[in-house]
Amino acid sequence: MKKVLAVASAGGHWEQLMMLRPAFDPHDTHYVTTLLESAELHGIQGASVLPDCNLNEPVRAAHCLLSTIRLVIRHRPDVVISTGAAPGFFCILIGRMIGAKTLWIDSVANAEKLSLSGRLAARVSDQCLTQWKHLAGDPGPVFAGSIL
Amino acid sequence: MIFVTIGMQLGFDRLIEAMDRLAPDLNIPITAQIGKGIYQPQNMSVRRNIAPGEFEDLVQYAQLVVSHAGIGTVLTAQRFQTPIVLFPRRAELGEHRNDHQLATVRQLRGRDGITVAETETDLTKAIIKTLAISPRETKSSSVSLSLLKTIANFIETGRV
Repeated sequence: MKKVLAVASAGGHWEQLMMLRPAFDPHDTHYVTTLLESAELHGIQGASVLPDCNLNEPVRAAHCLLSTIRLVIRHRPDVVISTGAAPGFFCILIGRMIGAKTLWIDSVANAEKLSLSGRLAARVSDQCLTQWKHLAGDPGPVFAGSIL
Repeated sequence: MIFVTIGMQLGFDRLIEAMDRLAPDLNIPITAQIGKGIYQPQNMSVRRNIAPGEFEDLVQYAQLVVSHAGIGTVLTAQRFQTPIVLFPRRAELGEHRNDHQLATVRQLRGRDGITVAETETDLTKAIIKTLAISPRETKSSSVSLSLLKTIANFIETGRV
């Protein structure tokens, strides 16, 4: 059993992460989102909450990054997985720095190119998945199926 | 009830104004979540923001959801098998940072329970058509097994 940190911002990113729960259930998974109620609605107790941000807002992003550093160091996960967005990218970044295996799953909302967070995550994560076959490439993200 | 929602991040007055103009002709109550929009609707019940729990209730009980092309709303509607009409945001009108919602609807067009409208005229047609078809005929979406297996394998081995 691995220690998994599964991260997604509230909203579409979180709905996608929840659809992938069967893959996380066998493991010691700690969930992270940006709105506690989103987690509770899916019956997840004790999720961590990061301040929401996007990469166009430097001050909020820096605040989120600091919280992410504390969170990831405290949990010391073996594996970090995120469906986005910016807070998920930060978890991947810090996770990679402490030696966790990291997986970015780009949102199905990005049908023509990877999100900004996704393009950054593709550089730093161990593996990057796209949910659209036509966006896969070698080198580049891998297509392994989609939540739709 | 029709539930109109534009997501948690940005206002989307073009959709809210269109729905407000259309509301008197539809003869069905409408609840609209208008976020940071400036326009004040006259013909719909209005909420700025809605907590996730109540949001799910509204999607579940609505006869139809009319929404920006946000994937969270699409997935929630599919989970409760509520038909949805999508009206994508456009970056050139300052409605989002980029045009990923147009790309999203190009891929979602034609799926069960999803109708795409890019103009106010299309929106009217799509709503009237979808209301006429209800009760619900949508199927809930299913996650691809290969995606779950790939993730499970990554957790175990660190590779995909």
